[in-house]
Amino acid sequence: MNLHEYQAKDLLKKYNVPVQEGIAVDNVKAAEDAYTQITTQTNNKFAVIKAQIHAGGRGKGKVVETGINGVKVAKSIEEMGTYANGILGGTLVTIQTGPAGKKVNKVLIAQDVYYPGPNETKEFYLSILLDRAKGQNVIMYSTEGGMDIEEVAHNTPEKIFKEWVFPGGGLQGFQARKIAFNLGLSGEALKNCVKFVTNLYNAYVGLDCAMLEINPFFKTSDDKMIAVDCKMGLDENALMRHPDLAALRDVTEEDPTEVEAGQYNLNFVKLDGNVGCMVNGAGLAMATMDMIKLSGGEPANFLDVGGTANAQTVEAGFRIIMKDPNVKTILINIFGGIVRCDRVAAGVIEAYNKIGNIEIPIIVRLQGTNAIEAKKLIDESGLKVQSAVLLSEAADLVKQAVA
Amino acid sequence: MAVLVNKNSKILVQGFTGTEGTFHASQMIEYGTNVVGGVTPNKGGTLHLERPVFNTVADAVKNTGADVSIIFVPPAFAADAIMEAADAGIALVVCITEGIPVQDMVKVKNYLEGKTTRLIGPNCPGVITAEEAKVGIMPGFIFKKGRIGIVSKSGTLTYEAADQAVKAGLGISTAIGIGGDPIIGTPTVEAVKLLMEDPETDGIIMIGEIGGSMEADAARWIKDNKTKPVVGFIAGQTAPPGRRMGHAGAIVGGADDTAAAKMKIMAECGIAVVASPADIGKTMAAELAKK
Repeated sequence: MNLHEYQAKDLLKKYNVPVQEGIAVDNVKAAEDAYTQITTQTNNKFAVIKAQIHAGGRGKGKVVETGINGVKVAKSIEEMGTYANGILGGTLVTIQTGPAGKKVNKVLIAQDVYYPGPNETKEFYLSILLDRAKGQNVIMYSTEGGMDIEEVAHNTPEKIFKEWVFPGGGLQGFQARKIAFNLGLSGEALKNCVKFVTNLYNAYVGLDCAMLEINPFFKTSDDKMIAVDCKMGLDENALMRHPDLAALRDVTEEDPTEVEAGQYNLNFVKLDGNVGCMVNGAGLAMATMDMIKLSGGEPANFLDVGGTANAQTVEAGFRIIMKDPNVKTILINIFGGIVRCDRVAAGVIEAYNKIGNIEIPIIVRLQGTNAIEAKKLIDESGLKVQSAVLLSEAADLVKQAVA
Repeated sequence: MAVLVNKNSKILVQGFTGTEGTFHASQMIEYGTNVVGGVTPNKGGTLHLERPVFNTVADAVKNTGADVSIIFVPPAFAADAIMEAADAGIALVVCITEGIPVQDMVKVKNYLEGKTTRLIGPNCPGVITAEEAKVGIMPGFIFKKGRIGIVSKSGTLTYEAADQAVKAGLGISTAIGIGGDPIIGTPTVEAVKLLMEDPETDGIIMIGEIGGSMEADAARWIKDNKTKPVVGFIAGQTAPPGRRMGHAGAIVGGADDTAAAKMKIMAECGIAVVASPADIGKTMAAELAKK
């Protein structure tokens, strides 16, 4: 589950991680008030407005309706008003959102951190994530901040450093110091960096993050170390022990069909194809999508109905898949092990009858316990449903349906 | 004999008296698995499914001599249950539980370091040695006795593969469901090694999915150590990048963990890679016929 920048920064502050201060607002008047408040506090007429969406590339991205970038620096309350007016409620398209873009419901009005001072400013990169192969958390960092880190990794891999954290002992002082030295810091900046990295790691573990990225990780002209931007992803499995974090979910950032599927406990991912599918088990569901593609179709979705493929789940699955007008046919692929195929077949028939006017062809492949009885039930139901037992037979039926 | 579990294994069920534990333990017993008892804290001293219940794994081991444990404990307590089993000296721990927080598994992996306990899973269907022992939630009847081993990240896809192998005139020695989480106890390569060294296994079906590097690691090992045919399939060829596909670990993060990249390296390492999941069984039969 992803968080907005303003939510992530609020959480980091609780762990004493210094951040670029700001106020999240949802209307122009509040944006102007926030400008006044922030510029008075900082004694600096510059303030930044940042669109709050779950995607990167906001600075270069543009709001379709107004042509304004997703991140702007305002040097007067009038400018702030203009920008807020041009961003809030608009559709921001960035390199990461796809052409449809994302609606901006909130903006963060933040302090200008590039203020002049005794020393030069610097932008670094820092992230914490799981190294799956080692089964350990790893801190990835680089002197090349403020840009796309994948490009840095590709073009200058020697500029990416990694520090693995030993699970038994946590992050050690010498490791935090090593990070600061490798970033070329000294004096106050070094001390501040050690504190920042230590507290950030505590936040990562304490909040059960799946990933935490600070880019840019910024040294101010007076040697403070702060998070200017923050991307935070939470481990969904751990939300059970963080009800306060679960409440931060912004469903407007998610596909509405996926949100609805979640309410039925269906694991659903929307795709762009023409063949819908409903499968029990995540691996078999992915494999079924692959088979649809090999049969000449394109999968319209991923849908794992889980261990209980009964009339209710099948009905919910049908309704969700059929919301997509591009779907030409639906393949139900159930490997009945402990759940008997004849019961699944009865559920399919019940769901089909309940919905009534299903106009697209349905292919049902049931294999496992009582597969033959299940096929007979489907074939004798009089419904416009084709049945198969073997996976290869189902593939042939998909081929005919999309031909 | 096959690998990991057999008819002599003494199996303990952690989370024995819960709904899941009760249902699947009954199915395991019906299959003929030697379930010697279970653990549910605070229910020690009672009987469940005609078998003794203990408060701790250590008590259960002392009284039953159990050497294998299967875990049906809810996700919030599953990591603790794995560590308790390891502490009690259980040789093989099979964790079925789905939804364990990743940081809990970081802890577990570190805890198991240097111990002799092997963990299978979590988020897996378990392990079955055909007609000897079912330590998992798979439908037992599909796994007809034979000489093909299966290593898989997925549940129903394992059943699909086993069923196809049986229909192709083959059978199953041991099927190992290693699990679909980002951190698991026994990675693909270790499960493949066990089957490669097993004299009762003639061929190996290796089923992976998008995310991580376990299939590539296994492929490199297979290249240098292959003594029997390996058929491979990777689920998620059509999965979009950056989206989690059901399993917590099934997410394309970069260029190396796509299905295409994994299939390429597997093919280069001498694995018979199939693009369609419908071809797994017949390809295994064809590979064995070549020998």
